[in-house]
Amino acid sequence: MLDALNKKLIEANNDPVAFDHDCREGICGSCGMFINGHPHGPVSAITTCHLSMRYFKDGETIWIEPWRAKPFPVIKDLIVDRSAFDKIQTAGGFISVNTGAAPEANSIPVKKKNADEAFDSSICIGCGACVAACKNASAMLFVSAKISQFALLPQGRVEAKDRVRAMVEKMDELGFGNCSNTGACEAECPKEIKLTNIARLNREYYKAY
Amino acid sequence: MNKILFSSVSKKFVMAVAGLFLLLFLPVHLIINFMLLKNDPAPFNSAAHFMASFPLIKIIEAILFGALLIHLSYGIWLQIQNWLARPVGYAGGNKSETSFFSKFMIWTGLSVLTFMVLHFFNFYFIKLGLVPGNPQDFYSVAHNLFKIPAYNYIYLVCFVLLGLHLFHAFSSGFQTLGLNHRIWTPVVKVFAWIYSIGIPAGFAIISLTLWLYR
Ligand code: HEM
Ligand code: SF4
Ligand code: FES
Repeated sequence: MLDALNKKLIEANNDPVAFDHDCREGICGSCGMFINGHPHGPVSAITTCHLSMRYFKDGETIWIEPWRAKPFPVIKDLIVDRSAFDKIQTAGGFISVNTGAAPEANSIPVKKKNADEAFDSSICIGCGACVAACKNASAMLFVSAKISQFALLPQGRVEAKDRVRAMVEKMDELGFGNCSNTGACEAECPKEIKLTNIARLNREYYKAY
Repeated sequence: MNKILFSSVSKKFVMAVAGLFLLLFLPVHLIINFMLLKNDPAPFNSAAHFMASFPLIKIIEAILFGALLIHLSYGIWLQIQNWLARPVGYAGGNKSETSFFSKFMIWTGLSVLTFMVLHFFNFYFIKLGLVPGNPQDFYSVAHNLFKIPAYNYIYLVCFVLLGLHLFHAFSSGFQTLGLNHRIWTPVVKVFAWIYSIGIPAGFAIISLTLWLYR
């Protein structure tokens, strides 16, 4: 749709509308935009790049806006700078391992339930829809997914305390709002990340002190 | 140290603990208020006197005031930060599905606060001797207030707003404390319904009975 619009704009010698995208298969998270009052458009559990025109009525007016949040400054048109998420991630969203031969993957047993939950949290694509949807522009769903994906696995436990402290501190410093448990993030997340992750983040944070 | 005490998660924690403590107090207050329905002023007045004089209650009262002060100042502080986090809003509106009453927590909270100020003028300040009245006979003070239609209107509206505040607050408080559970969270939601309808309804019944039937 935007391609068609931009083709027209270019043919008429106007500037095309700038928007971000990369994978176009719902895994990179770069295509986020606010469409008709919803992040990634009115259809749940998909990204903008998977939103097809058949979801709209013929002749319908479509409102498109960039993410609106202080830590996500607009670069141009629909493109916002989401590097705030990268900063949170580099603050603690990793595990430290020595280089060398990869250890045998199955040497540390993991409960099936934990492995499944960690996987469900790890599929967050960092698109920022949760921040965009939240009335407080809170990043708690994103951060809690990143915390959970490690907190649930033995490999992640080692640095769990430092991780949650550092990531929450970075999130606050960047100016994201505070969670008020309204649940807009969960409703709009294209990867259906659950609010239970936020409760886990809170628990992890209390445990870290 | 400040980073720990005043991080977003810590502030929410403190606020939730204070808020949940306030939740314990309301049923106690309601039970005492039901004594207003008796024709004999003695039980209510002696209950009020007990609450005003028993040493242990004095300590709890101090904690209660502290909790209230912390809850509302943190509430306002967090809310201001939340507004600052989105300086430019959405022209087309934000239609995301949310827990409905969570959107108005600051406004329902501030309405409850306004009511509490009125309440302090009517009762607490009499006890402190700041406002004329007989602190030994709060029964008559209350009965006289409930004769004024305007007072009842304000009272009823405020309790509806309190109910809306409590409906989100109840389950939100548990989530903030990290108490989220496959089985218990739905149970907490049911209790949120019962509490947030039951408590305001109880206060409203007293107001309506004294206003319309006495
Ligand atoms: C009897 C009085 C009150 C009770 C029992 C009560 C209880 C609660 C509880 C349990 C929460 C949930 C806390 C959390 O999720 O972290 C809450 C949230 C909140 N309260 Fe109160 N509260 C009362 C009065 C007030 C007042 C006077 C204000 C005035 C500013 C206020 C403002 C707020 C705000 C802004 C929230 C939002 C937090 C959120 O969205 O999660 N409350 N309240
Ligand atoms: S939690 Fe969901 S909405 Fe938020 S960044 Fe991750 S995938 Fe996007
Ligand atoms: S372009 Fe990668 S998720 Fe949409």
